[in-house]
Amino acid sequence: MKGTVKVDESLCKGCALCIPVCPKGLLRVANERFNARGVHPAELDDPAELCTGCEMCAIACPEAAITVFRAVKA
Amino acid sequence: MSVELLKGNVAFAEAAVRAGCEAYFGYPITPQTEALEHMAKRMPELGRVFVQAESEVAAINMVYGAAAAGMRTMTSSSSPGVSLMMEGLSYMAGSEVPAVLVDVMRGGPGLGNIAPAQSDYLQMVKGGGHGDYKMIVLAPATVQEMIDLTLLAFDLADRYRIVSVLLADGSMGQMMEGAELPPMKPLAERPAWALTGARDRDTNLVSSIHLDPEEEETFNLHLQAKYAEIEANEVRFEEHLLDDARVAVVAFGTAARVAKTAIAGLRAEGVAAGLLRPITLWPYPEAALRDLAARVDALLVVEMNAGQMVEDVRRIVEGRVPVRFYGRTGGVMPMPEEIADAIRETASAGAASGAPADTAAGGSDAPAQEVPA
Amino acid sequence: MTIQAPEPLLTPVYQYPESLTHVPTHYCPGCTHGIAHRLIAEVIDEMGVRQDTIGVASVGCSVFSYRYFATDFAQAAHGRAPAMATGVKRANPDKLVFTYQGDGDLASIGAAEILHAAVRGENITVFFVNNAIYGMTGGQMAPTTLEGQKTTSSPAGRDAATTGAPLRMSELLAQVDGAAYVVRRSLHDVVQIRRAKKAIRRALEVQRQGLGFAMVELLSSCPTNWGLAPDAALAFIRDEMVPVFPLGDLKVPDEPAAGAPA
Repeated sequence: MKGTVKVDESLCKGCALCIPVCPKGLLRVANERFNARGVHPAELDDPAELCTGCEMCAIACPEAAITVFRAVKA
Repeated sequence: MSVELLKGNVAFAEAAVRAGCEAYFGYPITPQTEALEHMAKRMPELGRVFVQAESEVAAINMVYGAAAAGMRTMTSSSSPGVSLMMEGLSYMAGSEVPAVLVDVMRGGPGLGNIAPAQSDYLQMVKGGGHGDYKMIVLAPATVQEMIDLTLLAFDLADRYRIVSVLLADGSMGQMMEGAELPPMKPLAERPAWALTGARDRDTNLVSSIHLDPEEEETFNLHLQAKYAEIEANEVRFEEHLLDDARVAVVAFGTAARVAKTAIAGLRAEGVAAGLLRPITLWPYPEAALRDLAARVDALLVVEMNAGQMVEDVRRIVEGRVPVRFYGRTGGVMPMPEEIADAIRETASAGAASGAPADTAAGGSDAPAQEVPA
Repeated sequence: MTIQAPEPLLTPVYQYPESLTHVPTHYCPGCTHGIAHRLIAEVIDEMGVRQDTIGVASVGCSVFSYRYFATDFAQAAHGRAPAMATGVKRANPDKLVFTYQGDGDLASIGAAEILHAAVRGENITVFFVNNAIYGMTGGQMAPTTLEGQKTTSSPAGRDAATTGAPLRMSELLAQVDGAAYVVRRSLHDVVQIRRAKKAIRRALEVQRQGLGFAMVELLSSCPTNWGLAPDAALAFIRDEMVPVFPLGDLKVPDEPAAGAPA
């Protein structure tokens, strides 16, 4: 795994601005569920572990809801 | 320290410097501009802040900022400029920051003129800006009081986290009199609530917003409790020849000075006249006035306006004695003879226990006219 | 609150800024005010000045910005933030003081205060969030509203003949001698957001160096009052606002020459 992101769903307003900026299209709106705000939150959908931790989604997020992790070089 | 000949505007400005005022923000307006000019020279030479603002609106908001940062700060202006400051004064009341405002009143309404008047009484004492708030209002009648009450204004502002107003009329600002300035006070420490950067403490907020109505009401109740404390502790007034008085004048500032001359003349004629001079217009000397109303036959309120403080006097006296009013407006100063005539008429009305009535002047040489209440 | 790394080998490279409180914002979904807040907080973190920074909030949607920054804050009257910041800064010359103002606040009711803060070369930093509309009061016309743009107070579209054309505050302020740094950036995509962050950093550095008045105008979205979805609102900035409010450096101080004495 090169990287990953975590969406703090307590902050997410479901604006979906993070979705189109992901170069690999790994983020989605969780249309099947709601967060405590009553919106469909964004979530990472990355079964193949393609996320590189490029930070684009975090930069686009108006709520500072996305934490980005990257693998440390050994 | 020694007595020196000082102009009122310079006297209060230098008194502010010596009270430890570290930041002055103002805008030129007659008849207080000498104060701004004094500060323009004095504050920089002491390494303190002087800013000539682009407007009175900006000046009071700069005061708001420096006050929020915990500095002793002030502005001074005259009536039309003070009207522009109402927004800032309401915000400062709503966020409980201390500051001093000097209003050297001139004739109005509108642009009016630059002659002395007292027609900002209601604006200062009753609020002027929006919301339920009060300011401590101090009314000097001598250049010495311009100094002494400026020092008091800063102390009371800090003690109660409130705006203190020195409400002087144009003649107080322009007058030259012998007066003694105090020694330089050391500068105060910044209070714990002030905006100084949240270094090794929680963050501070200076704000007047309480979006939740219950929370806003709680804050208002807190303000009212503070105002009640000020009313209980900070009333100041002068009683002049009241021990045996049958008729008493109630007047502040320059109107009170002229009334004293009139009273001296009447005393020589054997008329038992005296004077109650409120020094704090808010908190008003209500108990002293009530006590006085129980002892005299009639009261005469003299003001350099169309009748503003008289509303408070009538409210407090509650009809116990006749209350008459004599006022000059538009920047015209009342002469001692005019006031003496009004006192005589008030005394005879009081002796006859007549209904409260107004006495108003049509011009400097017109006889006082009675107007039915 | 710390988000735990999913694997020990992963390290957080981007996380919630320390200079933001953990209070959820009141901004509508997709509103870029949140991005502006985050960038300012990130820069304050990176400069290590959270404890030496004092913000001044304005009136409008940004009225509650004091809730979101973990710094000392004042809440000013509508349009008066530059005047209040003048008092705060003069009383605290060694602190960083910034205002956060919208276009109704800065370009309309506060036009005199912002202009004269610049004229005095007031050593403060102004973050001017321009979304071409009054957001908090429900979408009325602002001085920066585009020609033809429909708002609740220009229902037929802004008519320049009776209401004037959009006011370009950065151009206006850049020609004031006291202004040291005036730039316009946008928050409509990742590239622009990165540029905006660099400008925010530079604007605070300008203040730290005592060079004078600094302002970063940020073109920002108002999806709710524009009646657009969040992504369409970003496209509106790019396609409609940027042509009227060109991005770029309107005034930048000379960089000190390498090796020159400070």
